[in-house]
Amino acid sequence: MRAWGDDRVQRVIGTLLRWGVILAAAVVLAGGAMYFRSCGSTIPDYKVFRGEPPELRVVTGIVREAVSLNPLGLIQFGLLLLIATPLARVAFSVAAFALQRDRTYVVVTLFVLAVVLLGLTREGSNTVVPPDRFAPMCIASDAPPRSSHP
Amino acid sequence: MNSLEFSLLVWLGGVAAGFLGSLTGLGGGIVIVPLLALWLGVDIRYAIGASLISIIATSSGAAAVYVKDGFTNFRIGMFLEIATTVGAMAGAFLAAKVAPSAIAVVFGVVLLYSAYQSNRPRPERPETAAPDPLATFLKMDSSYPTANGPQSYRVSNVPGGFSLMFVAGTLSGLLGIGSGAVKVLAMDQVMRIPFKVSTTTSTFMIGVTAAASAGVYLSRGYIDPALAMPVMLGVLAGSAVGARILARAETRILRIVFSLVILALGAELIYNGLTGRI
Repeated sequence: MRAWGDDRVQRVIGTLLRWGVILAAAVVLAGGAMYFRSCGSTIPDYKVFRGEPPELRVVTGIVREAVSLNPLGLIQFGLLLLIATPLARVAFSVAAFALQRDRTYVVVTLFVLAVVLLGLTREGSNTVVPPDRFAPMCIASDAPPRSSHP
Repeated sequence: MNSLEFSLLVWLGGVAAGFLGSLTGLGGGIVIVPLLALWLGVDIRYAIGASLISIIATSSGAAAVYVKDGFTNFRIGMFLEIATTVGAMAGAFLAAKVAPSAIAVVFGVVLLYSAYQSNRPRPERPETAAPDPLATFLKMDSSYPTANGPQSYRVSNVPGGFSLMFVAGTLSGLLGIGSGAVKVLAMDQVMRIPFKVSTTTSTFMIGVTAAASAGVYLSRGYIDPALAMPVMLGVLAGSAVGARILARAETRILRIVFSLVILALGAELIYNGLTGRI
């Protein structure tokens, strides 16, 4: 096995970031195309903050919406992949520094990974997701605005 | 303006944000938040959610190139991420307790300060400087590619840079921006790291800082998929172009142009925040 020099670590990190971004963009693009097909001619309204519906706020809800091919759920899933890319980079760095037997940086990267994972799960876990609720896809120009969500 | 036209406009803004963000190390948020909140009338919380996505996209898209090219110093980045991620958690926690108009004013002040700082002369101290014991222990001294071949450099004042990085992290968690300006400042001015290494390492870091607060914003409903979609796709395209020309780019010129832009936008954000229009 070749040694894990810094050059090799850099190449792998670069490749990892590139593929994470490509994958995330492909999913978002697919969701976006579906979204425009059904909602492209509606009027967007972001002036008043309503907040996203609960199913698009937590990982489990997003995955469920993405699997059922809800365009907004699919886009949100692609955004999750994008958010996961730097995390995957940190996780790989832990392994790479371990292979280099660089204890200082194993501790450093493990700490960063722990803080980021804590940030991702801290609030998402206690949000209640009502079952079988489908996210409103778009507001038709002649329909009343969607109701606010708690 | 229907959704398709609106998205196309936002996509173009994303391209500009990704391009400038990847070249300057400032992150895309500094363009996306004012674009959405001021020009397109988007509620600042949606704007901040979209900007968080733009930061992660700029970071991962451009860093993929910078890391391979050898500009990014990933050890410096990883070590300083301790400060930025903990700071980001603190900032995201504070964001729920502060009014949007106050956030806008703070953001405006940050923009003005960034504009001022980015035009100050930045002395570089490669090689000749005495090795810093802490930087040596953390294996931070390295080299980066230039037109005349690899140029080695030394890193100084690690504790000072680390402290400023905590502030940078808090700002990004509070405002949804990468606060790349503060990161670049910490590395360039305090730690005396070469400018291109500072900006590319900042670009490398801002994605992780943003990801640390993404969970909080996601669960509060700030991240709207239909709004974030054109932002993300535009930013990826723009940062891919920016990252490819960094090696040859005259960053001094870009920095002047960009600092003028953020100067204007910062003043506008402060005005709108104070008059309650946001």
